[in-house]
Order: sequence, then structure tokens, then C-alpha cells
Amino acid sequence: MAEEKKEMPLKKVMIIVAKGTIEDIYAGLVMANGAVMEGIETKMFFTFFGLDAIIKKRQNKSKTSTVGNPAMRMPGGLPFPTLLGMLPGVEAGVSAMMKSQMAALDVPPVDEFIEMIVAGGGELYACKLAFDMFKLKEEDLDDNVKAVITVGELYEMSGGEGTQIIFT
Amino acid sequence: MATKTYAGVNVEVTEEGYLTDPTQWSKDIAAEIAKEEGIDLTDKHFEVFDYLRTQHEKGVQLTIRMVGKSGITDIKGLYTLFPGGPLKKSSRISGIPKPTSCV
Repeated sequence: MAEEKKEMPLKKVMIIVAKGTIEDIYAGLVMANGAVMEGIETKMFFTFFGLDAIIKKRQNKSKTSTVGNPAMRMPGGLPFPTLLGMLPGVEAGVSAMMKSQMAALDVPPVDEFIEMIVAGGGELYACKLAFDMFKLKEEDLDDNVKAVITVGELYEMSGGEGTQIIFT
Repeated sequence: MATKTYAGVNVEVTEEGYLTDPTQWSKDIAAEIAKEEGIDLTDKHFEVFDYLRTQHEKGVQLTIRMVGKSGITDIKGLYTLFPGGPLKKSSRISGIPKPTSCV
């Protein structure tokens, strides 16, 4: 077997999702689900536009921005001109394509992904400040959200050896 | 690469303890690997192994979502059967390679 490693195993991750595009939301969800699957204690904290991931009416309707995204490419690999991204329907088309490409890799829709994370023991929290700022109500949130908490409470949960806070 | 003896059989395993040849697998070997993982096997576990091995033979890149939809158990059940490693532990005990999927 492998020589003894001196690394400290990761025991807990706090994953913060602050943006609401498809890729920002999924980056957080993939990290969280992966952590749960590794047996790592996992808590997610959704704030600002990242709250869309846990708002029932919006969670499966996130979009990829087709403007101001210089890394975006056409299907053949050519750069995607920002001007094109402004045309009606382009954002919707690109977003649908992103989702279908992920579905092909067995990546589930956001609501189902959240179910999977919670089934594995992961916990979801909403940021109180953003929740108040956007004038949300408890009933707007996915039923899997455990609580609306303050940043102070987030830090209180972040104690313990081998804990990392990950801001996606 | 290393050789290990499970249930009286010498098998090749990777550094992380996955069998390199899934055909060497047997239920007795599974029971001993499971013991290393701290898991007592039940019929349900073997149903999962059957599913994993069949899918692996077909060349499918496995995810826990697939296993959760296999009708054998749901995702919560899978975590209960293989605490702390629903796909990795189940793959290792069923003698197939370490999962290569990120979901």
C-alpha cells in the first residue's frame, strides 16, 4: 500500500455560493455533492444571487450569461462574440445547451442535485442579509433548506480541525 | 500495484485497494474487502454489487444518481449501505475500478 501520508484529511467544508448563473450554482453543487460522497461533512451557504439555487420558482431556471464572458466558445471552438450574445434567444439557447451537456454526464437538475446532497447528510443554509434584502419569505425556499442564518452563525458552524471554507 | 490475499485468493490491487481485474472477484472476496471498510454485507449490498458490475461491464461511467435510480435503493439508502463513500466503497467492494465520474 501507499507510504504513510502526512496530510491532514479534510473533515468539513463550508461551500459558499454567491452567484446565480448555471455554472456558478453547479460549481457549488458539484463541490458539495463530491464532498458528501467522500464522507466529508458539508454545509452550503447561499447568498446574494446564489440564493436563486434554493428559491423554488427559480432554481431550475438559471442561465449562463452570454455577454461579458470572454471564455465562451461556439460549438466548434471559435470565440463567441459578445454582440451575438445580446441577441434575443441566444442566452436561452446557450443555457439550454449547457444544461443538456451536463445532463449527458448525468448531472441532475438543481432541485434534484440538492435532494442528493441532503440525502447524503449535507446541509443547506440561506444568508439572512441577502434573504432580507431580496424580501424573500421562508416559503419561497426549497424545503431542504435548514435555516436562514447570519454570517456570524456561519462562522460558528465552521469550527473544528480540518475545516475549509470554499467560496465558489 | 500490490498483491493481496482475500478469502485465500491472491489478487492484484491498486494502491488504493481496488481490484485490477474484476473477474477475480467473488462474494467471499467482497466480504473481506467490506470488513476492511467496516461494513457488514447484506443481500441489499449484493444487489448493488450486481448492478455496479453489470453496468461496469457495459462500459458505463457510474454515478450515484444512476444507482439511486436503479430501483435497488435510493440515494439515502446508498449512503446508509456504504457510509462515507456511497460510490467509492461500493465500487471497491464490488471489485470494479475506482469511479471516474465527478457526480
